[in-house]
Amino acid sequence: MTIVFALFLLTLLVVTALAIVRTKNLFVATMLLSIFSLLMAVNFFILDAADVALTEAAVGAGVTTVIFLSALRLTSQYERGTLASSRWIAVIVVVITTVLLISGTINTPNLGDPNAPVHKHVAPYYLENTEALMGFPNVVTAVLSSFRGYDTLGEVFVVFIAAVGVMFILDARQGTGPEYEQPVDKGLKHHLIPRAVGGLLIPFMLLFGLYVQFHGEYGPGGGFQAGAIVATAFILYAILEGERTALKAFSRNAQMALIIGGSSLYGAVGVVCMLKGGTFLDYSVLMEDPVIARQVGIIIIELGVGMAVCGALLSIFHSFAARKPVEHAK
Amino acid sequence: MTLEAFLGHFNYWVFAILLMIGFYAVIAKGNLIKKLVGLSIFQSAVFLMYISMSKVEGGTAPILQAGVADPIYSNPLPQVLILTAIVVGVATLSLGLAIVVRINERYGSIEERELLDAD
Repeated sequence: MTIVFALFLLTLLVVTALAIVRTKNLFVATMLLSIFSLLMAVNFFILDAADVALTEAAVGAGVTTVIFLSALRLTSQYERGTLASSRWIAVIVVVITTVLLISGTINTPNLGDPNAPVHKHVAPYYLENTEALMGFPNVVTAVLSSFRGYDTLGEVFVVFIAAVGVMFILDARQGTGPEYEQPVDKGLKHHLIPRAVGGLLIPFMLLFGLYVQFHGEYGPGGGFQAGAIVATAFILYAILEGERTALKAFSRNAQMALIIGGSSLYGAVGVVCMLKGGTFLDYSVLMEDPVIARQVGIIIIELGVGMAVCGALLSIFHSFAARKPVEHAK
Repeated sequence: MTLEAFLGHFNYWVFAILLMIGFYAVIAKGNLIKKLVGLSIFQSAVFLMYISMSKVEGGTAPILQAGVADPIYSNPLPQVLILTAIVVGVATLSLGLAIVVRINERYGSIEERELLDAD
């Protein structure tokens, strides 16, 4: 039964992707992309990746859609249908590459083959040692925050740099001036039902975000997902109440402080580990009992990740949303 | 081709097709936002490939359960890589969109042909 469902979902993914490429209306393309992400999240869930499914649903279907829409507001909704190059050359290249890729899969191990090389290398070590070394059951969180903590620190810095880059490119300070009060920034103040329903949802979204943050060691969740969910709650607030109110409630400086504070909290834990005589990000030296020490270290760095991701997504959203559309004489 | 081989490789074929649908949008479409949409389909296809590789037959999510005899867990490593890649993906995508917004403000168009003509 799951097989039939999986085949159906995968086929639907291809159909959605074709529809996205075909449509000339970029608003429609964005909405379809959101559906595409949601289908992808369900696929991830079927493939046993609960943590990834949660992330894809929050980031892909939620935040990405909102950022695309706020970019569309500043550009245009319709594609003029011009082509970058000859369509037929592109089609030939794509078809040949597809055939090559598919023929490349012929000798790969079947889906779910337990003897595939990918399962024989380092994964068994993680599965066998997480319980003894960390004392909590979610192996994904253990690998993310401890076994491969360097990677995650690097990813947090990439998110940080991307958020700073967006602020520079879109000149974020403009967004705070009084001339930014404009109709489109008034939010949904005159729409009673979305405001009432949205207002009811926001506290529960924040609560769920905190649950995902602090329960990440025992169930699906962690800093990345929690940061995205909390950011979504604040974005919903901004959509309902308008940019000015949202920026008053959660100023740009506070967002910046979250990003910088989060990433330096992560780095600082690593430095403290070094000062205590261990290696960078080796949490076991933080306390007497190495298992408790690792848990404390992981909770702190997950908090850092959550803060950085939440601040970055919020500041990216506000960079787009607070910008004035430029009128072109046409 | 047996049914088993078909079901065993279907995920990878969908990966290849999605990857190339996204790639087609990147190389053939003239609209810059459409190119970025294509790029995010391309990216999602790669995510699908990694997560498909992590699956183990009869397994469950890699959250250890006490009191289960001989539990099977899917591979946690590809999941970790993709989890972080999704968040990095949205951040880099926004950077691309920010550049597109500035291009539109400067040139009044986001169609590649018109931009090339304007310069």
